[in-house]
Amino acid sequence: MRPVSEKGAKEKATMDAVAQLQRQLVDYTASLFHEGYLDDQFNQLRQLQDESNPDFVVEVVTLYFEDSERLLNELTKALQQQSIDFKKVDAQVHQFKGSSSSIGAQRVQKVCIAFRNCCEEQNIEGCNIFLQQVKHEYTLVKSKLETLFKLDQQILAARVDPGSHVIRFLQA
Amino acid sequence: MESCNCIEPQWPADELLMKYQYISDFFIAVAYFSIPLELIYFVKKSSVFPYRWVLVQFGAFIVLCGATHFINLWTFYMHTRTVAVVMTLAKVLTAVVSCATALMLVHIIPDLLSVKTRELFLKNKAAELDREMGLIRTQEETGRHVRMLTHEIRSTLDRHTILKTTLIELGRTLALEECALWMPTRTGLELQLAYTLRQQNPVGYTVPIQLPVINQVFRSNHAVKISPNCPVARIRPLAGKYMPGDVVAVRVPLLHLSNFQINDWPELSTKRYALMVLMLPSDSARQWHVHELELVEVVADQVAVALSHAAILEESMRARDLLMDQNVALDLARREAETAIRARNDFLAVMNHEMRTPMHAIVALSSLLLETELTPEQRLMVETILKSSNLLATLINDVLDLSRLEDGSLQLELGTFNLHAVFKEVFNLIKPIASVKKLLVTLNIAPDLPEYAVGDEKRLMQTLLNVVGNAVKFSKEGSISITAFLAKSESLRDSRAPDFFLVPSDNHFYLHVQVKDSGLGVNPQDIPKLFTKFAQTQSLGTRNSGGSGLGLAICKRFVNLMGGHIWIESEGLGKGCTAIFIVKLGMTGHSIKSNLPLVSKMSANHVHANFTGLKVLVMEDNGVSRMVTKGLLMHLGCDVTTVSSSDECLRVVSQDHKVVFMDVCMPGISCYEVAVRIHEKFTRRHERPLIVALTSTTDKITKDNCMRAGMDGVVLKPVSLDKMRCVLSDLLEHGVLLEAI
Repeated sequence: MRPVSEKGAKEKATMDAVAQLQRQLVDYTASLFHEGYLDDQFNQLRQLQDESNPDFVVEVVTLYFEDSERLLNELTKALQQQSIDFKKVDAQVHQFKGSSSSIGAQRVQKVCIAFRNCCEEQNIEGCNIFLQQVKHEYTLVKSKLETLFKLDQQILAARVDPGSHVIRFLQA
Repeated sequence: MESCNCIEPQWPADELLMKYQYISDFFIAVAYFSIPLELIYFVKKSSVFPYRWVLVQFGAFIVLCGATHFINLWTFYMHTRTVAVVMTLAKVLTAVVSCATALMLVHIIPDLLSVKTRELFLKNKAAELDREMGLIRTQEETGRHVRMLTHEIRSTLDRHTILKTTLIELGRTLALEECALWMPTRTGLELQLAYTLRQQNPVGYTVPIQLPVINQVFRSNHAVKISPNCPVARIRPLAGKYMPGDVVAVRVPLLHLSNFQINDWPELSTKRYALMVLMLPSDSARQWHVHELELVEVVADQVAVALSHAAILEESMRARDLLMDQNVALDLARREAETAIRARNDFLAVMNHEMRTPMHAIVALSSLLLETELTPEQRLMVETILKSSNLLATLINDVLDLSRLEDGSLQLELGTFNLHAVFKEVFNLIKPIASVKKLLVTLNIAPDLPEYAVGDEKRLMQTLLNVVGNAVKFSKEGSISITAFLAKSESLRDSRAPDFFLVPSDNHFYLHVQVKDSGLGVNPQDIPKLFTKFAQTQSLGTRNSGGSGLGLAICKRFVNLMGGHIWIESEGLGKGCTAIFIVKLGMTGHSIKSNLPLVSKMSANHVHANFTGLKVLVMEDNGVSRMVTKGLLMHLGCDVTTVSSSDECLRVVSQDHKVVFMDVCMPGISCYEVAVRIHEKFTRRHERPLIVALTSTTDKITKDNCMRAGMDGVVLKPVSLDKMRCVLSDLLEHGVLLEAI
């Protein structure tokens, strides 16, 4: 690719910036997978995004955040009771596990599994520990996903034609 | 004279004589009276006396005689007439009785005499019986000895013990002076004294085997009396003064392992015999009795059997030892071979990886380099690098493939593939290269060749590419024609493979491919070498074209693995060459064939596949999962309705919905019950939607419950796009999920 005119040069600059951002996004996403925050299910979600459904991933993830926050609040309240209803706690953790696995939040899902074991054993201390851990993991994955989306937005802003680019990107 | 009644004696009384007569008469009378008393006494004592009447008679006779003599006593002096009358009476009576007795005795005495004879006879008989008893006892003893001997002989499997025991026992039983055993020597021409009874270590006397006496003994299986002077019998110096005892010799067959046929008795014709010589004590009048000879023969037979057993045992022990040694050696060799193979495989694996990695790096980076800005010289250099490294990569792959092919570890990866497509692809690959060289390539596929086949697509393509590539490589001008058709038996013309037959079968067909070029050709003498690895024909034309010489070797092995044959025909240098190969491919069944187009159609356009407008109901209470599943199904083109509770599901479900996906772990009414209710609601099968459970656990219990509730399938969460596609296609095609997960 050889820039021949000034217009071409400006295009090239844009392209370079965009390319850099793209690379950053790719690296970041790769690192998330590598560190186990996300698993293949996230890829599946990305595949489902197409022209008819351009913001699918963002929508799902946003719903996940809302759902999880509600669940975590309820869990905290349930575990602070005098007499803990373990069945209810178990059901809620199960819900959380289900939604986390649907979007591919691998680490959160794993903690949920261990959390459920404690519920079965009716181990109060263990449940509390795991509650803290699950909150921690959730916060982490939330911030990571938010960073991911921000990068995305930046690329969107940097490019002249946002639509196809994001799509192409998330389909990578 | 006065008349008196006295009777005067006849003679005058001579005093002394008279006195003596008087006394004698007296004693006679006494004796006569006592004899019957004695008789009665003794007869009374004895129990058997058949002649009582005789006794009575005899008693009467004696008594009367006594009476007579007693009365006679009175007649010595003057006696009255009464006395004379009594005397006369007595005498008369006595006369009568005596005559009667005399007459009686005529009958009785022969009887008495015969009794005596019988007694004598019986005594003789008894003596004879005694003698015979003695004999029988001796025989029984001998029999016992034989049994004991046999037992002794057969109780051991040691040859020496057997023979020694035999000799000892025989010597004892038959009270022999000497007993000797002569064994044939290794050469078989002589008999050597092996064992004797009395001498501890016999000096090695040998006797030639061809002596007439020995032949005589060997010919019969009975014990034969031989002369004590023959060489086999002259073992010890003569002990006795007069004559040596009788000698008997018997043959002992030495049976060999080879003599025993499986179903026959051993042949006695080609045999080695040993000789057993038995000597009775000298100076005794003993003769060899028949029973003793029989004993000897029996013993000889037993010894033969025992010896053969011992021989067999020795043989088998030796064989077993040999086998054990061989086993150990083989085991060692096997372990060494295994170690060698393992070492080679490790080496190959390492080299495989080590070699390919840098190769790939080189190839990849060179191609990347080509995409950057380069000066023409640089471009040429990089292209050369790329070409060389490609060649090297191919070579490495070939070598590794070949070594795997060689030790048989390469297995074909069978699969169903499009046969026509393989040819087309090869054709498309080769056309540009051929057109550069201005070669015309034509492809002819017979119409009766099946479109789909079962086999190793990759290797078939590799073979085809290799063969066609060779054709292109070695042609400078002209045309190349590729023909493919179904092989029939007549089409096999190679005389170099006379043992290659087409085996017709229902599931397979033979693919016949012919690649004809008008290029350099091959010298007919070099044709066999073409398929040997690393051998290059050294003609000018080929040297420049490169090639490691491995290609055809690998092709041949692939073709052989596919149950086929490959060969090359050429009329000579410059006359072009035809490469032909036949491989066996499997036929696809009809069902697979009809499925294939569906699969390819589906994989081609996944969004607008058969699922367009498919009405689907999703029952899931987790919001996020519900959204994800909905997005998934919408991506596939379905018309999705979502519900979050079982009640809502039962309300909403209708005939239009073709599939219902329900999450298994829902609270409230369990999904099993929902399934049952749906079954109740829609009684007819074509109205009812297909029910599929989504679950995060794969245990058997869940599966069983789902099946029992009447669900048509179970799918494991999380569901990927491909999995959902397969699930939907399976459901729509078969009406039930064939594979649950």
